[in-house]
Amino acid sequence: MLAKFSLRELLAGGIFVLAGAYFALEALNYEVGTAFRMGPGFMPLLLGAVLAMLGIGVAASGWQKPDIEKPLPPSWRGIALIIGVVIFFGATIRGLGFVPVVFIGAFGSAMASRLNSPLFAALLAAGLTVLCTAIFVIGLGMTVPWFGPWLGQ
Amino acid sequence: MDIIGYLGLGFSVALDPINILYCFIGVLLGTLVGVLPGIGPTATIAMLLPITFSLSPAAALIMLAGIYYGAQYGGSTTAILINLPGESSSAVTAIDGYQMAKKGRAGHALATAALGSFFAGTVGTLLLAFFAPPLARAALNFGAPEYFALIVLGLLVSIALAHGSILKALAMIVLGLLLGMVGQDIYTGTPRFTLGIRELYSGLNFVSVAVGIFGVAEILRNLENEKGRDVMVKSVKGLWLGKEELKRIVAPVVRGTALGSILGILPGGGHILASFASYSAEKRLSKHPEEFGHGAIEGVAGPESANNAAAQTSFIPLMTLGIPAHPVMALMVGAFILQGITPGPNVINDQPALFWGIIASMWIGNLLLVLLNLPLIGLWVKMLSIPYRALFPAIVLFACIGCYSINQNIFDVFAIGFFGILGYVLIRLGCEPAPLLLGFVLGPLLEEHLRRAMIISRGDPMVFLERPISATLLGLALLAVIIAVLPSIRKKRKEVFVEED
Repeated sequence: MLAKFSLRELLAGGIFVLAGAYFALEALNYEVGTAFRMGPGFMPLLLGAVLAMLGIGVAASGWQKPDIEKPLPPSWRGIALIIGVVIFFGATIRGLGFVPVVFIGAFGSAMASRLNSPLFAALLAAGLTVLCTAIFVIGLGMTVPWFGPWLGQ
Repeated sequence: MDIIGYLGLGFSVALDPINILYCFIGVLLGTLVGVLPGIGPTATIAMLLPITFSLSPAAALIMLAGIYYGAQYGGSTTAILINLPGESSSAVTAIDGYQMAKKGRAGHALATAALGSFFAGTVGTLLLAFFAPPLARAALNFGAPEYFALIVLGLLVSIALAHGSILKALAMIVLGLLLGMVGQDIYTGTPRFTLGIRELYSGLNFVSVAVGIFGVAEILRNLENEKGRDVMVKSVKGLWLGKEELKRIVAPVVRGTALGSILGILPGGGHILASFASYSAEKRLSKHPEEFGHGAIEGVAGPESANNAAAQTSFIPLMTLGIPAHPVMALMVGAFILQGITPGPNVINDQPALFWGIIASMWIGNLLLVLLNLPLIGLWVKMLSIPYRALFPAIVLFACIGCYSINQNIFDVFAIGFFGILGYVLIRLGCEPAPLLLGFVLGPLLEEHLRRAMIISRGDPMVFLERPISATLLGLALLAVIIAVLPSIRKKRKEVFVEED
């Protein structure tokens, strides 16, 4: 039964149903109001329900159309490193300061590619740190310390 | 003042040395991201939005506009030289352009693309100058029901032009609309969907959403399958077109410009459709259809003119109605708002210097692009050999730094990560990200106008059908959906978009 469905459509539909359900249910906590004076919950409730229905439609459209080609496997290393760098940037920019965060971030994201050697990544990170500091901190006057309070500055 | 006077005013703004400089920076960056793989104008403009905050409104918008149409030029260079369209709209150019390059006629293909684009850009800019003022005047009479109908039309037409499943595109729009509702309600101030996080009270940051789903998600996608690029053409010679070739490209350029100008006004990727439509028109009209696919110069001239004309005319809905036709225009709305200007029919009267300055700058930008692209083509060929693995770390960092610098808010940075993953998952599942971004930008507007219209009509939804303009617009929206789901059109759409993937 399940094998007759396209997994892609099923997953995509599932995401839409979940998101729609979340928005619609959460909207019930707000005042829905009437069509004349719509409350803050009116539109999200309506659109959430529509999204959930569209999600069911997407999933159903995959019926009898099983996936033929296998998609490329995701690069888990790439995902972990890139998303990790984004979170690292947000978490440490105030504490560590611009220069160390940009250097570590550039090194980390460069390592996301299997084709980059650590040496190349380090050189690239050094170059990017100089470039970004010149553009954003010196050129555009971004208000951020070069080295942050965690480093005893 | 008549149109000449207004254009004069525009040129006096656009020719200001500072504005010329920013126009130049814009088209240079545009060409660069058009040439470089894995980064398009949408992500670039999103990243540069925070920077424009410190510029004057005219300089900021002139530069951002330049990035957009500059990328159309740059995209065709990669399409011709390495058969890899830097921009989706130049996918068709690759078909015949690359064949020409293989036969040693890369110079001719590039020159054709540049000249065709310049002609189309000039015409597109003039059309913008002529049609924007009357449209803006008409739009001044628009009330809430008309705006609501217009936004619905924009959203629904954009799915008709998107490729892939229509159901998925619709779902992406609705998801975008819902994400746009995060934050405090405009009428009551009730915080919605904030998960108790105070930073979300003002809504999700637009730049975070855009760089997440267009920048980071794209990088994750590219990391799945890493491979180098072969630059076959090491140097480009023979840029001058002969008399014979000039004769062959005149008609395709004119036809492409006409098609592109019309389709560009349509919401949702009109420039992509325009280049495909122009290619099939040229193929059908040609006396030598067998040459197409093997290096027909008409196959470069038509589509290239079409996509550039469309790039210019897609500014019309933005400048007159404040309604973005596609994600890049949605970012332009963000740029206007950052500068404290609400885009819409009032801009032309309240800020004539800005309005006409942007229009005039487009012509100057197109001229700069010809100068940049033809004599300096050697430089761009060198750029092509920069590997992607050296580029994407810079994109990641620019995205983080740019988002953080808007409000010094680390939450905006985390949001990039969230939308990066969301975008990546959805793209893998065959959902286009563009409708989501369009919905996200238009969501708050849609809700505001709907609620206002319902208050005016005392809760009677017939108001949308009783007013002629809004009824017409909604009728067109319905028509767009019906046409999109008709079986014959669906088949055509598949054919049209099949080459893009």
